[in-house]
Amino acid sequence: MSLNAKTLCEDEFFYGHKACAGCGGSLAVRIALKVLGERSIAVLPAGCMSAVGFNFPQLCFGNNAIISTFAGTASMMTGIEAGLRAQGVTDYQVVGFAGDGGTADIGLQALSGAIDRNDDVLYICYDNEAYMNTGIQKSSLTPFGAKTTTTPAGQRIHGNVRQKKNMFEIVCAHGISYAATASIGYLNDFMNKVEKASKIKGTKYIHIIAPCPTGWGIASDETVAIAKEGVDCGLWYLAEYENNELILNYKPKQFSDIKEYVRKQGRFKHVSEEDMQIIVDSRDAKWAAINQNFKMG
Amino acid sequence: MKPYLREHVPSGIDDIPEATAYEAGYLVTKNAGWRNVKPVVDQARCVGCLQCYLHCPEGVIYKDHGKVSIDYDFCKGCGICRKICKLGAICMEPEKG
Repeated sequence: MSLNAKTLCEDEFFYGHKACAGCGGSLAVRIALKVLGERSIAVLPAGCMSAVGFNFPQLCFGNNAIISTFAGTASMMTGIEAGLRAQGVTDYQVVGFAGDGGTADIGLQALSGAIDRNDDVLYICYDNEAYMNTGIQKSSLTPFGAKTTTTPAGQRIHGNVRQKKNMFEIVCAHGISYAATASIGYLNDFMNKVEKASKIKGTKYIHIIAPCPTGWGIASDETVAIAKEGVDCGLWYLAEYENNELILNYKPKQFSDIKEYVRKQGRFKHVSEEDMQIIVDSRDAKWAAINQNFKMG
Repeated sequence: MKPYLREHVPSGIDDIPEATAYEAGYLVTKNAGWRNVKPVVDQARCVGCLQCYLHCPEGVIYKDHGKVSIDYDFCKGCGICRKICKLGAICMEPEKG
């Protein structure tokens, strides 16, 4: 039976944390741990979730959890998994929660190494599209046009000039055991992907979009709705990779208005009509590639 | 099971762990003071669909006799529960004081 709100474990493993009200990242971590249960060991590098979860003596993880170096999420997961296996411990899941910067920029080498060794770990990237913990600096997963403190919106340059890195397919190109994309706007899909991943041996990677009210310039109650809209307007997609195949899980019949999604967010306030056209064109190019390369699930 | 508030607040030098490890789920402060508005569940309208429980970033909404209740010690008043409720069974009320 598939997981849903009624069948999900009632225990809470991420509680009393100090994340901003309406934080999407903390929702992703909370739900993943509810799926994985108390025998999961969480590894968190520097980033929002370690900053809000471990403020001694306020320790908000109910399961075993540890902070790793910024670059070393995946290598610490490798070490923990090997250590448990050597001690004869069974029935556990080593899970990592790193942000977009900790995954696509700083921790990419360690992640690539873990996938190459096919270590039996689950790596979850909660993508809020910038370095939010340190005050909103651009990462390689910040989308085109977004204003951050390192890509300010001026008269000549309108926020981030680069496109969002295609992290999901970079991971898939390793020939990983299992990878998926998700969104906190579609939690049922995410829960079932986490459960599926936990039953697969080898390296698993899940990339979940988790909006940040502070960094995106949205109200605290908008987080889930804006994440759903991001998928519905085609700027994000729900997909899986296994057995060397890319599978699209959900194809909107008709994209919702991309302008409405962009205009709602403070980080895109300055975006011009030309910038908007670039965003629309890049979405269309992405979907042309998806229609060509992904199997429809 | 969930992390819960403890009576003892480690504060002295003897309380500091020798290794960088400590008991899991050890809470010493509440988050209630972060709130300007608080969600209130209309129990007559709630049908127990649990979408608010599922989408709460804090995990403070819990199942209660087929419906839901809220742990106000840790609710930050973000309002996601109000927005996700299709039946309009949750409204946000200003905090007094």
